[in-house]
Amino acid sequence: MSATPNSETAKRVREGLTRHHWSWIDALPFLFAVAIYFAAQGYLPLGTQVMIQIAFAMSLDLALGYGGIDSLGHVAFFGAGAYTAGLFAMHVNQDPILGLTVAAVAGAFIGLVTGPLVLRTRGLTLVMLTLAVATMLQELANANAMHPITGGADGLFGYQIGPVLGLFPFDLAGRTGYWYALGVVAFVFLVSKLIVNSPFGLAIRGIRDNPVRMRMLGVSVTRRLVTLYCISGALAAIAGGLSAQVTALVGLDSLAFLLSGNALVMLILGGTGSLYGAMIGATIFVVLSDRAAAIDPFNWLFAIGALLILAVRFAPQGVVGLIRDQAQRHAVRRGRA
Amino acid sequence: MLNLGATIIALLIDGVAYGMILFLMSVGLTVTLGVMRIANLAHCAFAMTGGYLAFALISTGHFTLFTALPVAVVVTMALGAALERTVYRWVYTTGQLGQILMTLGLVFIFVATVNLLFGSDLNALPMPKWMSETWNYGDIAFSAYRGFIIAVSASLALALWAILEFTEFGARLRAAVDNPRMARCVGIDVPRVFSVTFAFGCGLAAAAGVLGTQILPLEPWYALEYLVPVLMVVAVGGLGSLKGSFYAALLLGLVDTFGRYYVPAAGAFVIYFAVVLLLLWRPQGVFARI
Repeated sequence: MSATPNSETAKRVREGLTRHHWSWIDALPFLFAVAIYFAAQGYLPLGTQVMIQIAFAMSLDLALGYGGIDSLGHVAFFGAGAYTAGLFAMHVNQDPILGLTVAAVAGAFIGLVTGPLVLRTRGLTLVMLTLAVATMLQELANANAMHPITGGADGLFGYQIGPVLGLFPFDLAGRTGYWYALGVVAFVFLVSKLIVNSPFGLAIRGIRDNPVRMRMLGVSVTRRLVTLYCISGALAAIAGGLSAQVTALVGLDSLAFLLSGNALVMLILGGTGSLYGAMIGATIFVVLSDRAAAIDPFNWLFAIGALLILAVRFAPQGVVGLIRDQAQRHAVRRGRA
Repeated sequence: MLNLGATIIALLIDGVAYGMILFLMSVGLTVTLGVMRIANLAHCAFAMTGGYLAFALISTGHFTLFTALPVAVVVTMALGAALERTVYRWVYTTGQLGQILMTLGLVFIFVATVNLLFGSDLNALPMPKWMSETWNYGDIAFSAYRGFIIAVSASLALALWAILEFTEFGARLRAAVDNPRMARCVGIDVPRVFSVTFAFGCGLAAAAGVLGTQILPLEPWYALEYLVPVLMVVAVGGLGSLKGSFYAALLLGLVDTFGRYYVPAAGAFVIYFAVVLLLLWRPQGVFARI
């Protein structure tokens, strides 16, 4: 039956609004993670690394996939969170959750300070500024004057992390670390999903697709983007803090451009603008790089490079996009039958 | 106690030499970024390619720095042209993100290849004897190498300016830069002009890679390591402005050199901080209107 234009519009709006709502699929990755715990105990540290990168990639997806902020410097937040969590555990308090909270505040603070400046610009200048901010932070951590605080090239180490919730101490086999990381990822996912679904999230997607039009509709574009940048920064800082707590080590490489690059690779592999893309991409990337790096790190780099070029050329929407295409084709075929 | 004037002159020479190397590297990038609108993160990989090609040629024993230089430049130009015709073509119409990712992939491939062929050591090209000398005039020490770099880069910059200003190709390029649509309308083959410019940019970067090894030593991560300063030069200079890049490169070279000498505690932090401030003051580039 042909619908009236109005109900057609209403349907499209409804679909737009419900696209990211909760479904049973959301539980799948977490069930999978629990199954991994019982099935492959030896891989818990690797699993924990996957979780850290999932959280980081997801935070980048918020800024880049939903907000359209092409950031090459997201590692600034990750590193800031890592250093904050490490320093906090070393000098103030060893409680991990308190540490992550402080790290998140630090990330949001950096977003608040740099956001209004960086997000005034667009396009290549923005890319360059995010890169410059991240490099600036790395040079700051490496500067001679900061050595007594950051440890310079040696990094931060030798700090202790207290038991999670005062009950579960971190163990060498990484069991507590795994559950803790899983909890943190669940939290990051929950927050991201809530934000993406909120009216704020819709406004953000609108800004990504057409900032001029959103401004004409009366939306204060820069303020929304800065808010998003702060939230995304706080989540990235949580990922960094998690890394600092689980590995009990913070080095200059936690502020290195390569981490930003890796997160971008994960997102393009998995697909941007859908939080599952971050999960899939980070899992593929970390597991593959763990296997490949054990064999030959530089050939692995070659493989990532080739993979990136091919992904941009042939699958710009990533794994999630491929799945979505398949599902749509399937639906069309079923509709015809 | 070292004479203040002598110190300042020495720092000026160092800073200008560094700035000149940055300028040679940034010429190609400012055209691709500002004019072709391609976020080309792989530009420094061409400088690295040039440097390593010269390194390999000189290692064979049949070449000196001056015979290896033109060969390295020409081969890098050919490589740049070939890549521009193939993989870069894929991302001309995708968004900026696709370009960033694709060129980042290229950088990784370059880094991995160089590491496979040359190992991960720091390398510098052997120099002719006269270049490693320093001339002393009273307190002032003058490094022959840095003088050479300044002389070569300045003449290249001059040649570039002359080509842009007085040749027909220069006129075509300027037209294509100022208004691509209008240039097309009057019959200029804009994509071809850009292709040629891209190849020349790669060649200049290769020259910088060969000449600058005493300042920026060759290593596999070269392509990523010096990308940030070169990007900063382009951003501060204003996208697409060659003159802007020239002034910005000199400014950043001097700021970095003086910053490292007078504020050693902050190290390389000074330059990044300065660039962020400059870009916040003028997001379109400090020298954009020159």
